[in-house]
Amino acid sequence: METTMKSSKVDKYQHHDYYLMDELLSEDHLLARDAVRDWVKREVTPIIEQYAEKAECPMHLFKGLAEIGAFGPSIPVEYGGGGMDEMAYGVIMQELERGDSGVRSMASVQSSLVMYPIYKYGTEAHRQKYLPKLGSGELIGCFGLTEPDHGSNPGGMITNIRDDGDAYILNGAKMWITNSPVADIAVVWAKDEAGVVRGMIVEADTEGYSAPEIHGKWSLRASITGELVFEDVRVPKDNVFPEIKGLKGPLSCLSKARYGIAWGAIGAALDCYDSALRYALERHQFGKPIGQFQLQQKKLAEMITEITKAQLLTWRLGQLANEGRVTPAQISMAKRNNVHMALQIAREARQIHGGMGITNEYPIMRHMMNLETVLTYEGTHDIHLLITGMDVTGLNAFK
Amino acid sequence: MKILVAISKTPETTAKISFTPDNKAFNTDGVQYIMNPYDEWYALVRGLELKEANGGSVTVINVGPPANDVIIRKALAIGADDAVRVNAEPLSARFVAEQIANHAKEAGYDLIIFGKETIDYSGALVPGMVAELLDLPFFSFAHYLEVDGKTATVTRDIEGGEEIAEAELPIVVSAIKGMAEQRIPNMRGIMMAKRKPLNVTEPVGTQGDVEIVAYTLPPEKSAVKLVEPENMDELVSLLHEEAKVI
Ligand SMILES: Cc1cc2nc3c(=O)[nH]c(=O)nc-3n(C[C@H](O)[C@H](O)[C@H](O)COP(=O)(O)OP(=O)(O)OC[C@H]3O[C@@H](n4cnc5c(N)ncnc54)[C@H](O)[C@@H]3O)c2cc1C
Repeated sequence: METTMKSSKVDKYQHHDYYLMDELLSEDHLLARDAVRDWVKREVTPIIEQYAEKAECPMHLFKGLAEIGAFGPSIPVEYGGGGMDEMAYGVIMQELERGDSGVRSMASVQSSLVMYPIYKYGTEAHRQKYLPKLGSGELIGCFGLTEPDHGSNPGGMITNIRDDGDAYILNGAKMWITNSPVADIAVVWAKDEAGVVRGMIVEADTEGYSAPEIHGKWSLRASITGELVFEDVRVPKDNVFPEIKGLKGPLSCLSKARYGIAWGAIGAALDCYDSALRYALERHQFGKPIGQFQLQQKKLAEMITEITKAQLLTWRLGQLANEGRVTPAQISMAKRNNVHMALQIAREARQIHGGMGITNEYPIMRHMMNLETVLTYEGTHDIHLLITGMDVTGLNAFK
Repeated sequence: MKILVAISKTPETTAKISFTPDNKAFNTDGVQYIMNPYDEWYALVRGLELKEANGGSVTVINVGPPANDVIIRKALAIGADDAVRVNAEPLSARFVAEQIANHAKEAGYDLIIFGKETIDYSGALVPGMVAELLDLPFFSFAHYLEVDGKTATVTRDIEGGEEIAEAELPIVVSAIKGMAEQRIPNMRGIMMAKRKPLNVTEPVGTQGDVEIVAYTLPPEKSAVKLVEPENMDELVSLLHEEAKVI
């Protein structure tokens, strides 16, 4: 893209805070939230429909996301992060996804799936080398776990590394990788010769590495997705995370990202509700605003009820995350509930907008289509249900 | 160069405006507040740009209750170095101007920048009063401000053109659109703002003796009338008889 596409679209979004949740947030959470909201209004809303329509990633937003501090907000400042808490990360993700789930994905992959594992599992040298550049957007990262034949069951992966003196030889393929075609580095999960999952940093300019783009997506169209193909890629042994072994490595990263998605989904839901509420008050049929009809009120009342419940869920989740007590199963519950809630709201909001609801005059269809991905990635809706099921029964439905 | 920027708090631009039952005060129930955009986007950002170009410091001042701290923190997050809050309700322009002048007299600034007005009461009174109290030159509604050594150049719109003025510092300026571009604070700025000094001082003097008798809302806008392009006669007669403009 040579020039930035701009439209004169005015973002009329107003925040909806039915239970006065803002009072539960600190000054810096509110400042962070408002800053990202302002940024989305200025940088995302005017362009996003056009990029989504063309199925093109607004690449210039990587720089903007870095400048605002959306890459690694909860990574310590000395490594190029924001030094903020988990609640701040949550409100940032909420505001980004209010703009677009694809833009939020750009930030959650960089923060939770690339910076977090390097910070948590990398060596001091890894941190020094990569984190400041990832924080500033100089480097873009991606996260390769899913494979063509192993999605919900990543433990079955066949991508592998073989010992070759001072390096490992990496072979295999990853599928559905957000940002892979534009990434400078990939955090890749592969099995060693003993069949143990290991994590490593693979630089995109290494021989044998390629990242073809996946086309034809009707969802997350403004986010770029690709494959990762490794043909005898030499990964220096120094690039492998030394300590972490097994699936808990990638799963802990996914927990971070899912936590952000639980917040993000509320943003998409709020945008749909906000648009539907305004439309219901402005649009007249049979001589009165459609918002005066009971059936439309039922939709709006149920939307704000569900949003409020989801806000309470994530706020408590944020508190537990700040205290270091949150469990992966608790995050699964919120991710599943909130994404499903947002998708239902998008569908209801679409109906309130009548025929206009299917056009890009309104954000509804874009959110709705995006949320189909959000429902599936980072653990599908059904898989998260099984995680809750396993947590409460102690019985494993996956085996 | 020592720069002082005065910032105030206003209701968020989409807030529903209503008054207390006796119509003597603004009904603040459920209202969300923001930093006055003229202060934030133009006065503060231009102050920061001048500091970045010439060195020095930017102090922000607000006259208001503790609830205003969040707005002051935002100014610090955008880049101001320190802040002063005079702990009092800003009930009249005269009172606010006295507090700002009192602080400025003691601290001594080369440049004091305001937004042209607040977007709620739109009085545009405080900057001129501060200049008068400090006996400094005052340039209102400026859209350009540059400093070279000890000399400032200020440009303001006048009917049919522009007025370009030069003055020796210190001066007082009120800013309009065009003087700078909005800066959105980033996460690092927000975290740094927590450690920047916000000094709270007590007010001097007494609140003014102005009493508000009543506020009223503007009359509701009537519906738009559409006239077909062919019906020029109808348009003319509507403009003449109903709108009474021709
Ligand atoms: C746009 C997009 C971006 C993505 N980005 C990334 C990325 O950056 N990195 C990455 O590693 N991955 C990424 N993914 C992959 C995503 O995480 C997977 O698509 C997801 O985990 C599901 O895997 P799958 O598509 O292979 O579906 P499958 O696992 O084949 O699932 C198909 C269906 O079967 C159900 N199912 C599977 N197992 C069970 C079971 N045991 N019991 C009941 N039902 C079951 C599922 O719930 C689902 O409904 C992305 C996906 C998309 C669409």
